[in-house]
Amino acid sequence: MSGGAAGPQPGLEPPAEARGRDSRDHRGPQASARSRELILSRIRAAVAGAPDVEITRAYRTSSDLAGVVELFAERVADYRAVVHVADPGEVAGVITSALERRAVTRVVVPDGLPAEWAAGVEAARVAEAVRSGSGAGAVRSVRDEPALSAAELDAVDGVITGCAVGIAETGTIVLDAGAAQGRRALTLVPDYHLCVVRVGQIVAGVPEAVARLDPVRPLTWISGPSATSDIELNRVEGVHGPRTLEVVIVR
Amino acid sequence: MSGGNNTFLGMPAFPENAAAAVQNSQLRFNLRKATHTIRGKRAGVVAELPDWMELRQAGKEIKDHTLRNLERYLLQLEEAVTEAGGHVHWAADADEANRIVADLVKATGETSVVKVKSIATQEIGLNEALQAEGITAYETDLAELIVQLGDDWPSHILVPAIHRNRSEIREIFQDKMADWGRAAPEGLTDEPSALAEAARLHLRERFLSTKVAVSGANFMIAETGTLVILESEGNGRMCLTLPETLISVVGIEKLLPSWRDLEVFLQLLPRSSTGERMNPYTSAWTGAVEGQEFHLVLLDNGRTQVLADEVGRQALRCIRCSACLNVCPVYERAGGHSYGSVYPGPIGAILTPQLRGMSSAVDASLPYASTLCGACFEVCPVAIDIPEVLVHLRGKAPHARAERLGMRAAGWVLNRPGRLGRTQRLGSRLRRFVPKRLPGPLSGWTNTRDIPDIPAESFRDWWNRTDGGAR
Ligand code: SF4
Repeated sequence: MSGGAAGPQPGLEPPAEARGRDSRDHRGPQASARSRELILSRIRAAVAGAPDVEITRAYRTSSDLAGVVELFAERVADYRAVVHVADPGEVAGVITSALERRAVTRVVVPDGLPAEWAAGVEAARVAEAVRSGSGAGAVRSVRDEPALSAAELDAVDGVITGCAVGIAETGTIVLDAGAAQGRRALTLVPDYHLCVVRVGQIVAGVPEAVARLDPVRPLTWISGPSATSDIELNRVEGVHGPRTLEVVIVR
Repeated sequence: MSGGNNTFLGMPAFPENAAAAVQNSQLRFNLRKATHTIRGKRAGVVAELPDWMELRQAGKEIKDHTLRNLERYLLQLEEAVTEAGGHVHWAADADEANRIVADLVKATGETSVVKVKSIATQEIGLNEALQAEGITAYETDLAELIVQLGDDWPSHILVPAIHRNRSEIREIFQDKMADWGRAAPEGLTDEPSALAEAARLHLRERFLSTKVAVSGANFMIAETGTLVILESEGNGRMCLTLPETLISVVGIEKLLPSWRDLEVFLQLLPRSSTGERMNPYTSAWTGAVEGQEFHLVLLDNGRTQVLADEVGRQALRCIRCSACLNVCPVYERAGGHSYGSVYPGPIGAILTPQLRGMSSAVDASLPYASTLCGACFEVCPVAIDIPEVLVHLRGKAPHARAERLGMRAAGWVLNRPGRLGRTQRLGSRLRRFVPKRLPGPLSGWTNTRDIPDIPAESFRDWWNRTDGGAR
C-alpha cells in the first residue's frame, strides 16, 4: 500500500517467544533451518499425547453415469458458457461456424490438436470474407512454437483446445497441459476459449475426476468464463481470464 | 505506513468499533444484501449433494488427522516440493516471513510484485514490509484492488470490498488508478461491467510485464507437493503462470495428506464459499513448472500456539470459506472492520485472539463478539464448533475488574442459603432504588437491555409463606 492507511492496521503480532529476537537473525539458510527446527519442535510439543483421528470416507466416490453427458452440458451452460453437442463427423463444421460467429482473425492452436479439429479452424474465414462471401481470407492459426511471449498471446483473439477431464455434476473442464491443450497461459490470456470435450472424458463427480488426474502436471479447472461478484455482488463475466467460453461436446 | 505487526494495537475494542459500524446504514445495507444472497445460494447448492454431511465429516477428520500428524506431513511436503524443483523456506513469525520474501524479490533484481489475494500475507503485513524495502506489491484481485486503491481494509474474507458501493468504487478508480498505473478510462460509469473492464485494462499490462508474483494457497498436498488455489477472476492464473518467479506464503495448517483428499475439499469449499457448484478457476501445480522458479514459505506465526490448545486447535481446520460470516447476526450488523483483524466474523473471533494472544483490549473483547446462537457451527464445512471455542476463550480472557468483583460477590452470596435469603430480602426492600442504567463498565450491559425488575418477594420467601401456594 502506498500511503498511510485510513484505519489502524489489522496485522498480527508475532508470538511472544519470537518477539524478543532480532529480525536480522532470520536471514539466510541457517536462519530458515533454525526456524524449521523451532516450528517442528513447537508442533511436537503441541500435539504430544493427542489421539490420532481415523478418516471415514462415507461420501459418494462414484456415481451413476446415465445421463452424464446431458448433465454436463446443462451444468456448463449454467455458467453462461455456450455449449454444443456434436457427432464426430460434425465437429469440424461446428468449430468453423463458432470461429466465424465470433469473428476471430488469429487463433492459437496448441500442439497435438486432432487433425479434424484443425481442419475446422483452417476452414474458418475472417469476418469480412464471411460477409462478402469470398473464398479468401482464412482465419490464421498461430502456433506456440517458439513459445509466444505474453504480449504476443495478448494480441490473438482466441484459443482452441481439448481437455483432460470433464465433470458433469459441477460443469467443470480440467486441462492438464497435455496434448491439444498447451501450456496454461494459452487458455488464459486470449479473450475467447473454444474447448472440445469427448464424451469419454466426462465423469460424473469430483472424486472420479481427482482419481483420473495426475498432480505432477500443472492443472487448470475451468467452470464457466472468468467472473467476479466483487461489486455489490453483481456477477460480471470476464475480468482477467477469457470472457467467453464455448464448449463442443463430441458424442 | 509503519510495520505490519503492531499498528493495530491502537485499535479500539470490538464494542466501540461495532457501535460505530451499526450507525453506518450503507454498510449495513450492503452487508445484509451480500450475506443473505450468498447464504441463499449456499443453501441451494449444499442441498444438491445427498452426501453433504458425510463430506463434512470427512473434511473434519482429514484436517484433524493432518494436524495430529503435522510434523510428518510437513516434512513429506518439503521433500516433495524440493524434489519437484521448488525451494522451501520456514518462517516462525511474520517478520521472518516478510524478510524471506523481501530477500527473494531482491535477489531477482525486481522492485515490484503482483499479488493474488491472500489473507496470510495480510496477516503478516507483507505489502507494508515490502514497501519499506522499496518493493511495490500490486494487488490484482478486483476487491483487493478496490481496497488497495482506497487505502482501506478488507471487511469480508470472500468479498473484501463489500462495504463499498458502486459509486464509491467508481470514485476510487477515477481518483487513484492513475497513481498506480494505467488511469481509469474517460467517462467511467458506475456499471459493474464498466468497472470490471477498467480493472481488466488497468491490470493487464502489469500482468504481462511483472516478473515476480506472490500468492497464498488454499491447500498443499503432502504426498505430492502440489499447491492448489481456487479463484474466480483469473488474476490468480495470471500471477501463477506469467511471472518468472512465484513465491507462495502458506500457513502450515493448509496441509492435506494426499492428492485424493482434494475430492472432499473441492466439493466443500466452493459450495460453502461462493455458493457455486465450482468456482470458475482452480489451479494446481507441483514445484517449479513450465520454467518458473518456485519458492514456498511455510508460515507458523502463532499457529503452533493454537495447535497446543486442545479446545481451540479446531480453529486450524478452517478453510476460509466465509460461510460463518454470512450467517452471523453480529457480523451482519457490525461489519468486518469491527473485528480489528484480517480474520473477521465468527472465525476471526476465535482465531485472532488465539494467534495473537489476548493481551490487547481488541483481542480480549473478541470472544464476546457473539451471541452464541450456533448458526456458524451449523454451516461450517469442517464442523468447527465456534461457540464451544468462544466459551472456552471467554474463560481464558483477562476479565475486567468490575466483572471479577461482581463474580466474587455473587459467589459469596450464592454459597450460603442464609446469605442468599437475607440479600434477596434486602434487594426487595431497596428495589425502588435500582437504577434503569448501570454505571461505568456495567453500562455496556444495560445500554441495550432493561434491568430485570426485582420481585417484591423471593421465590423462597413466597414458598415458605404460602407453603408452596397451598395456603
Ligand atoms: S470457520 Fe468454518 S465456516 Fe467459518 S470460514 Fe472457516 S471453514 Fe468456513
